[in-house]
Amino acid sequence: MIRFKNYVRAESLEEAYNLNQKKSSVIGAGMMWLKVQNRIKMTLVDLSGLGLDGIEETDEEFVIGAMCTLRQLEIHKGLDGYFPGLFKECTRSIIGVQFRNGATVGGSIFGRFGFSDILTCMLALDTYVEFYKGGIIPLEEFCSQKFNRDILVSIRIKKDGRRAYYASSRMTKTDFPLIACCVSAADDTYYVSVGARPARAELAVISRKEEADVKKLAALAAERFRYGTNFRGSAEYRKHLTEVYVKRLFMALNQEEG
Amino acid sequence: MNVKMRTVNTSVIKKDAKALVTGKPVFTDDLAPGDCLIVKVLRSPHAHALIRKIDTEKAKKVDGIVCILTYQDVPNKRFTMAGQTYPEPSPYDRLILDDRMRFVGDAAAIVAGETEEAVDHAMRLIKVDYEVLEPVLDFRKAKDHKVLIHPEDNWESLCPVGADNRRNLCACGGEEHGDVEGLLEKCDYVVEQVYHTKANQQAMMETFRAYSYLDAYGRLNMVASTQVTFHVRRILAHALDIPKSRIRVIKPRIGGGFGAKQTVVAEVYPAIVTMKTGRSAKIIYSRYESQIASSPRHEMEIRVRVGADKNGILRAIDVYTLSNTGAYGEHGPTTVGLSGHKSIPLYRTPRAFRFKYDVVYTNCMSAGAYRGYGATQGIFAVESAINELAEKIGMDKVKIRELNMVREGDIMPAYYGETLKSCALDRCMARAKEMMEWDKKYPSVDMGNGKVRGVGVAMAMQGSAISGVDVASVELRLNDDGFYTLMIGASDMGTGCDTTLAQVASDCLECDLDQIVVHGTDTDVSPYDSGSYASSTMYLTGMAVVKACGEMRDKILDKGAEYLSCEKDTLEFDGSRVWQPAGGLEISLKDIGNKVMCSNNNMLSAGASHTSPVSPPPFMVGMAEVEVDKETGEAELIDYVAVVDCGTTINPNLARIQTEGGLAQGIGMALYEDITYTDKGQMIQNSFMQYKLPSRLDVGNIRVEFESSYEPTGPFGAKSIGEIVINTPSPAIADAIACAVGARVRELPITAEKIYREIKI
Amino acid sequence: MQIEFTLNGRLIYEETRDDETLFHLLRRKGCYSVKCGCETENCGLCTVLVNGVSRLSCSYLAARADGCDIVTLEGIQKEAEEFGSFLSAEGAEQCGFCSPGLIMNVLAMEKELDSYEEEKVKEYLAGNLCRCSGYMGQLRAVNKYLSRGENRNEC
Repeated sequence: MIRFKNYVRAESLEEAYNLNQKKSSVIGAGMMWLKVQNRIKMTLVDLSGLGLDGIEETDEEFVIGAMCTLRQLEIHKGLDGYFPGLFKECTRSIIGVQFRNGATVGGSIFGRFGFSDILTCMLALDTYVEFYKGGIIPLEEFCSQKFNRDILVSIRIKKDGRRAYYASSRMTKTDFPLIACCVSAADDTYYVSVGARPARAELAVISRKEEADVKKLAALAAERFRYGTNFRGSAEYRKHLTEVYVKRLFMALNQEEG
Repeated sequence: MNVKMRTVNTSVIKKDAKALVTGKPVFTDDLAPGDCLIVKVLRSPHAHALIRKIDTEKAKKVDGIVCILTYQDVPNKRFTMAGQTYPEPSPYDRLILDDRMRFVGDAAAIVAGETEEAVDHAMRLIKVDYEVLEPVLDFRKAKDHKVLIHPEDNWESLCPVGADNRRNLCACGGEEHGDVEGLLEKCDYVVEQVYHTKANQQAMMETFRAYSYLDAYGRLNMVASTQVTFHVRRILAHALDIPKSRIRVIKPRIGGGFGAKQTVVAEVYPAIVTMKTGRSAKIIYSRYESQIASSPRHEMEIRVRVGADKNGILRAIDVYTLSNTGAYGEHGPTTVGLSGHKSIPLYRTPRAFRFKYDVVYTNCMSAGAYRGYGATQGIFAVESAINELAEKIGMDKVKIRELNMVREGDIMPAYYGETLKSCALDRCMARAKEMMEWDKKYPSVDMGNGKVRGVGVAMAMQGSAISGVDVASVELRLNDDGFYTLMIGASDMGTGCDTTLAQVASDCLECDLDQIVVHGTDTDVSPYDSGSYASSTMYLTGMAVVKACGEMRDKILDKGAEYLSCEKDTLEFDGSRVWQPAGGLEISLKDIGNKVMCSNNNMLSAGASHTSPVSPPPFMVGMAEVEVDKETGEAELIDYVAVVDCGTTINPNLARIQTEGGLAQGIGMALYEDITYTDKGQMIQNSFMQYKLPSRLDVGNIRVEFESSYEPTGPFGAKSIGEIVINTPSPAIADAIACAVGARVRELPITAEKIYREIKI
Repeated sequence: MQIEFTLNGRLIYEETRDDETLFHLLRRKGCYSVKCGCETENCGLCTVLVNGVSRLSCSYLAARADGCDIVTLEGIQKEAEEFGSFLSAEGAEQCGFCSPGLIMNVLAMEKELDSYEEEKVKEYLAGNLCRCSGYMGQLRAVNKYLSRGENRNEC
């Protein structure tokens, strides 16, 4: 567990931001990732008093507060109504309900973890992240940025008519993913997000017109990512899984269309 | 046995159930005194190294630190941590602290302080100057390697197990019966393959822990989460170089063992701190430590050659086991024997067999005892080989077993020449076949959606206690009001033996279960028992209970005769009274219990030890149905069927749970659990984040039934069940997968990637 | 720092280190039912209810418990005994070390879900590991417990 001297429950975003500028500070969101680390810090800045734990739905978008839990994401009726089954599928394998009652969407996104199902899923949607000082930027852009000391306020998913499916491969049902894939479709464009490569999710945008055969199109998409080997699996197998899963996700999307 | 079963073979609730489900503080860390010194172990980051210098000066100055020990502060007297009957077959190769580190995680220093923070702080301040040595990490290269893991002069092997520290050998040996080569040559079909099982962690939910203190007599008292209280006493005496009479060991409720706690893993650290400081001391192993510095299953590579004639009758079998005992030799010489002795005897037909083995030291974590104890590994190899042989012949995998399996009445040359007095293996196979609908599903069914289902089968055996070695004892006392105290030395680790032994007693004494108070285990009070391992508790301790009850009944009749002033042979005891059928005199047990508190010369207590010259095997059949994705190799366990012959089931519910639990562990071993090392010797699966125990979503549907034989040498006809239950999943699942997609995986765990690489359809 | 929270129905004031975990604090306060089985949030043994929601006390800061309603098995002995009797009727409590965490989560599940299909139940309880029982006995107990009202109505 992370050890620290001072616990501060921030009363405003400004306070949280200022405290976080010191290198000896750390942001306390869900605490789930901090629990498995042995770091020693001076100050933990708790964001749980800032009212960032709601999910707001408008006609244009979903605004998911950074402190929303993965469980909230999992069971939110509005999100499930617009993206049927998607958030259920990308959260249900994450350890257990108690864990998801603690882990936050903000923590998952800010951490940009390789294994993150949440990041993989959201990258395939029209997603933006909102920072206190840095404003709103596309998630894909944030993914390639260096670590910053800003405060993540919300994650915004636009209602742009995309349909999406998620699939992952795991050794046990609640293990880290061996590979994670999310594919969304809007007209002739597929947004293919592949994570746990084992590196973090990246996005490939591919047009249906590039290839009529779904298997070959999936292979083209899979080509766009780099894969690595670790004790869970080899790069070669990960690539193969990506080809198969992306193909199946394409087929699911096509089938839905009728 | 002529005793009627009343509670035996019924599913009574465990005596400690209510306390456990309401979260009462009955475990080691709940009982430890609040002012215990916190003890932690500083662990080597190197797989093989010598401590050139260890500087604890700064660490000692940390506020709250009471004691820091290094190799210079402990006796230079080697011992073994293996919980086994003395003289232990495991070599005496341990020191409490050594200057040679033999695996990543080996103990370099012991730190004790008032608070965990102080201890953690001090640990960070200890400076160790290591001379890093070349580690031996590949067990295939360990024998006769130029780097020795135990070059020390005071390494000792007490028993002739073929150990030789100068060759990195912890044990070696073998036996042969008949002309193996000649017969194999004449076989129409021969399979020769190598199978590889890995080290696995028992991963009981309660990690290793113990606390110690000095009692009013200045004796070392230890409360430990252990399966082997008496062995702990002896091992601590050896390690600390103090008489056994100065040590007492108590076992409270423990949160699982599965063999992990048959090695004295953690106890020695608080013990030496208490001896040095006079204060109570406690150690709680983290999960990390329980993963990297514990007592996992021995990694084994087993070569099997087996041959059959054109009718599928086995003619000869040859097994060679290479076992990796890791840095220390606990259970090394003994687990390896079961890889042959508890696999080969499953088959009655071979006219010749050979079993040879080597057990080698390496710079990996020291292996120990884990449910199955070598049989699990051997059965994976032999059952897989038989399945491959059936494949070659083109014969149904159940059929080849029906033709060749051992039968009741057989003499088993590969099993110490014992005669098999109870065996329902044939009925187990028939029933499993029915339950699985084998004929419909074998070998595979294409589901039409890109997935194929396959079914696989395996048989298993184990033993019931270690013949001619294990000793179980109980003492029984009659109290006022006519209730009994049953003092046992066996360790209930959640298995429920406190209850099942009471069931045996209550039937033998014809009384209510509530009239039996069970006390276990305290070495000052309990009679000697080897401990709960080797599937010995019901078979051996149960018989000791039967014997003690017999003696008690006799003494009760004596007392009855005395109080009724009549001849003993005119009296009977029916559990609640001593009475005279032909006369009408009677006295209640309650009255006897109360009367003996006044003017009595004959204590109403009985005791018995029991050992057995035979170790009657329980048997079981396991069948797995898996569904494999043809494109990816991902396999899902759909259904697992198991039929068990453990003799009489003393408590059917508990027997069923034992089976389901063992199967879940076996499924973990088959599909998910792995222990691997980096090239520097660091264990990768050092947490539950990386070491994947099956969750409840990973075990499919498990269905268990019993086909009971009757074992004449066991209490009420019981054999054992504790270990056999983990033995079938690996071979059954491996074969189900092979049947489904033609992928034969011979190394555990069977991952999707391994399957994918072998798919042949 | 000073915190104030309700523990099993009693309001308590407690001095805690800033970085103390709720798990550590609860055991300090004598709630020995709360167990620790790992360091990586995988086992579920440390499950408690925080404002009615099942949480892992190992990763929950004591500081955050300020103002909260915390329940451990010690505070719901009657309910524990009731579900526990179904568990022990199967023999499924075995070593008992995972039982408190499991029972807390079962009780949370009972309140949260409005239907109890087997797959939903298994998924809800997936974060509670058990090494002794093989899970089947626990599932039998949970199914019988969740349908206990129906059986009573039939009589």
